Amino acid sequence: MASENLIEIKDLNFSYDTRAILKGINMTMQRGKVVAIMGGSGSGKTTLLRLIGGALPPTSGYVKFDGDVVHELNRDALFKLRRKMGMLFQFGALFTDLSVFDNVAFQMREHTNLPESMIRDLVLMKLHAVGLRGAHHLMPNELSGGMARRVALARSIALDPMLIMYDEPFTGLDPISLSVIGNLIRRLTDALGMTSIVVTHDVQESLKIVDYVYFVADGVIAAEGTPQQVRDSVAPFVHQFVHGEEDGPVPFHYPAQQYRKDLNLESEVV
Amino acid sequence: MQRTAMDLWVGLFVVMGIVALMILSLKVGNLNVYNPAQSYTITGNFENIGGLKVRAPVKSAGVVVGRVTDIQFSTETYDAIVTLSMDSRFQFPKDTFASILTSGLLGEQYIGLAAGGDETKLQHGDKLMKTNSAMVLEELIGRFLFNKAAEDDSL
Amino acid sequence: MFKRIVSSIRHIGHQTIEGAWRLGVATRFFLLVLLKSGTSLRRFGLVVRELYFTGVLSLIIIVVSGLFVGMVLGLQGYETLQKYGSESAVGTLVALSLVRELGPVVAALLFASRAGSAITAEIGLMKATEQLSAMGMMAVDPIARVVAPRFWAGVISMPFLAAIFSVMGVFGGYLVTVVFIGVDEGSYWSQMQSAVDFRFDIVNGFIKSCFFGVAVTAIAVFEGYDAPPTAEGVSGATTRTVVTSSLVILGLDFILTAFMFRGVS
Repeated sequence: MASENLIEIKDLNFSYDTRAILKGINMTMQRGKVVAIMGGSGSGKTTLLRLIGGALPPTSGYVKFDGDVVHELNRDALFKLRRKMGMLFQFGALFTDLSVFDNVAFQMREHTNLPESMIRDLVLMKLHAVGLRGAHHLMPNELSGGMARRVALARSIALDPMLIMYDEPFTGLDPISLSVIGNLIRRLTDALGMTSIVVTHDVQESLKIVDYVYFVADGVIAAEGTPQQVRDSVAPFVHQFVHGEEDGPVPFHYPAQQYRKDLNLESEVV
Repeated sequence: MQRTAMDLWVGLFVVMGIVALMILSLKVGNLNVYNPAQSYTITGNFENIGGLKVRAPVKSAGVVVGRVTDIQFSTETYDAIVTLSMDSRFQFPKDTFASILTSGLLGEQYIGLAAGGDETKLQHGDKLMKTNSAMVLEELIGRFLFNKAAEDDSL
Repeated sequence: MFKRIVSSIRHIGHQTIEGAWRLGVATRFFLLVLLKSGTSLRRFGLVVRELYFTGVLSLIIIVVSGLFVGMVLGLQGYETLQKYGSESAVGTLVALSLVRELGPVVAALLFASRAGSAITAEIGLMKATEQLSAMGMMAVDPIARVVAPRFWAGVISMPFLAAIFSVMGVFGGYLVTVVFIGVDEGSYWSQMQSAVDFRFDIVNGFIKSCFFGVAVTAIAVFEGYDAPPTAEGVSGATTRTVVTSSLVILGLDFILTAFMFRGVS
């Protein structure tokens, strides 16, 4: 085995035009771990995933995946690299014109020359792992939100990737589906020896399953640690985030001038 | 939708399209009358072609036997060189007489061929020796008036 | 006053630059689609699938419209021609107007609103629901896998649909003038056959429909791929596909006609 760390991110900066999204991010992710990236909405978490997947080039710094600097790869090498990654999109992003079976079989048919009988066995195994072997003939529009995400999960592990990235896997799910997905992430990571990155703001659910947490706020890493360290943390930001308090380091009010001034009260008083 | 059913429908669609194209070519466009693959070209010099156009039919005894494919002006003889593409099923003698005629009073102009009596046939690239120009209405009237005046004078 | 003139001139300039920029993006996208067509031509099953959606599902509207357009042409042509006693030329009128103009143009307009809008909406929705990004993350190029097969299916369908439209029209004209009104059947066909030329009318009509097929599908796939990933974005793109392709069809028709029939009758 090459290195302990599957992913190394060093001094990563990224900006859209002049607006800085990420400012000097440093992260390492060990093989076989589930790592959570948490942060408020619009804090650059999804951008970070896109940088790891090579969909965006960094402004400076680099992302190293399995020994390769992602943004220095040419197109072919990047596509080869992506075959070692899986990604679960927020709402599954299943191909609506293909059945559940064909969705899971998609990558096998695109990237391998396996005979159809072997593809069938593999697809049913993957679907069995997420508990939906019986639903292989359904179309995506016949699935509930939780089921769609499980199918998408089966699809992203189709070629046994080394890394799976989950973009907000818990959004919009009922509590049962939520813990089903959470447990699946943990179980599949352990069983298949993968590495998982979970981008989420569902603190309670993810703290149950992850090995390590990064908090991202305003494009920098505000805090990091194991779930136990996070729960016990007294850092004001982490405390506010974990316990969901309304006001704190992340203010309730968007920056504005004085309230009195906005309502034109000053002049009348004087 | 089953894969095989879809293939069947697409197959039917393509067959329909090809059949439609064939109907257009054969039934509507009457492709078999004029097939450039089996044709020979001959040329003829005309003093005046009138309103003859490229694509005008070449007829003999009223039957279409070819088409006008090109009209050029010759700077040596100062007349028009008309190229005819003839259906190779129809062979004409060397001394065939070509004239520019009009179908009906105001109809389109075409080339009429009247076969001669020569033993040898026209070959690809040959030139028609005997041609008759288009009738131009103004000339016709002018000639008529001139003749009339001459008659009057002689009386 | 002066300020308003300046600002409206600036507005015109802005629109021009924007338009030119978009045209450039569209052209680059079109070349990219051509470049990445290898996959869809190697795996022709992908194109066959899309042929079903663009071609087969457009058949009904093409067949019915063609029939009615031909019937109307026959009726109107007969009304006009019989005043001059040349009602036997109605076959010529129906066939020439269909083969040269109405077949390719009307079929392309119908194709743009039936299949073009569907292509735009489908690709736009796939983009909005992140299916295209997901495909990219699975190391499958969405242009090669999603866009190119739809493009080629449209390009292949269009000439067939135009030919079917023309044939249905000729048949519709036959139905009205020969069967209902009683024009002589022999002269309907023979007048038509002597006036319609294979090379100049049918081949040119076919070439026109090929051009229209490329134009309509290229616009449809571009608008879909370029649509903002929201509900309004996709619906706006669908409308733009129909409007832009209709204008392009008519403009292109004028240019092609000018080139094809210039100097010959």
